[in-house]
Amino acid sequence: MANDWPLWEVFIRGQYGLSHRHVGSLHAPDAEMAMLNARDVYTRRNEGMSIWVVKSADVTASAPSRKGPMFDPSNDKTYRHPTFFDIPDDVESM
Amino acid sequence: MYAQEVKSTGLVVKPLDEMSDEERAFQVRIDAGEKIEPKDWMPDGYRKNLVRQISQHGHSEVVGQLPEGNWITRAPTLERKAILLAKVQDEAGHGLYLYSAAETLGVSRADLIDDLLSGKAKYSSIFNYPTLNWADMGAVGWLVDGAAIVNQVALQRTSYGPYSRAMVRICKEESFHARQGFDIMMKMTSGTAAQKAMAQDALNRLWWPALMMFGPPDADSVHSAQSMAWKIKIMTNDEGRQKFVDQTMPQIEYLGLEVPDSTAKLNPETGHYDFSDPDWAEFFEVLKGNGPCNVDRLRARNIAHDKGAWFRDGLMAYAEKRKIAAE
Repeated sequence: MANDWPLWEVFIRGQYGLSHRHVGSLHAPDAEMAMLNARDVYTRRNEGMSIWVVKSADVTASAPSRKGPMFDPSNDKTYRHPTFFDIPDDVESM
Repeated sequence: MYAQEVKSTGLVVKPLDEMSDEERAFQVRIDAGEKIEPKDWMPDGYRKNLVRQISQHGHSEVVGQLPEGNWITRAPTLERKAILLAKVQDEAGHGLYLYSAAETLGVSRADLIDDLLSGKAKYSSIFNYPTLNWADMGAVGWLVDGAAIVNQVALQRTSYGPYSRAMVRICKEESFHARQGFDIMMKMTSGTAAQKAMAQDALNRLWWPALMMFGPPDADSVHSAQSMAWKIKIMTNDEGRQKFVDQTMPQIEYLGLEVPDSTAKLNPETGHYDFSDPDWAEFFEVLKGNGPCNVDRLRARNIAHDKGAWFRDGLMAYAEKRKIAAE
């Protein structure tokens, strides 16, 4: 095999109302073939009703090693969660 | 199992206090049951072992298509043919999931495939045995996929995220494989005396190679401690083999067949079946390349690869041409 076909990431919507989820990756020469291969590799048992394929090279990913500084801004803002607030029992549902 | 030849780094497991900070943090994550993802830091040995194990596993799926592919055109009914075709297609899919998982560790698909085709990389010994008649399709699905399930169910808990996720997908599909095999066996054992004899013959020939799938006895695989500590390996060879025998013996009985091992019987004290060792000398010969079908299997893969080259190149050339036209 002289050269690898480009790598594609595959996203599948399992059913209406759900978002597309990453299921894996595959090699294909172009988007059209990536779509057909994704169907054959990842949806042989009705797993999907819609497929997205994206060239892996086009995905920009955050670095796990920079997880700390990356997500730090939300770590100290516990007031963003509803559980932060004590609501008296007398106030029924909120 | 599907990666019987991963001898590991030969490293002894270091105690936590002798590890570097990075190694210790890594081991602590694994001990806590966290999954390791592709871009996380990992020891070189972990990466190397995983590449070997996952690629051998992938190669086994790919080569595993050959003994069954041979029977697609010879299936006794259209229904059996459609089922077998779907199973063999699954095996190709499993190979692809696994190659993708291996690639996340920084190796290229082309290199993995080259290593298979040149004979440098290994695949499971089981696929170097021939499938002589239709009963073998039953026995392969039932025993070979049954043994694979024992291993793969455990591997769903492996520490490497992409490998674990591939195992989850594979296990879902694998039970179809085992059941369709058992279904063939049920049909044959309820048929004529000649059909039942074929089923017994297939069991006789495939029983021992199926036991070998789990790899050499624990006493002889001294290097697996590190793989266990890294949760690359989840259970020992002997544990897997015992589990397989325990679950298969009642099925053999149900079919009205006889296991080709006069020592195999339930031990009331342990609650497990006692059984004999397969011929380990034969196992090592098959691994070395001297099994009944090693040469055939590699030749078939090489022919398929070479004959498909013009098509793969053509698709790429077409994609390039359309890209240029669009610019």
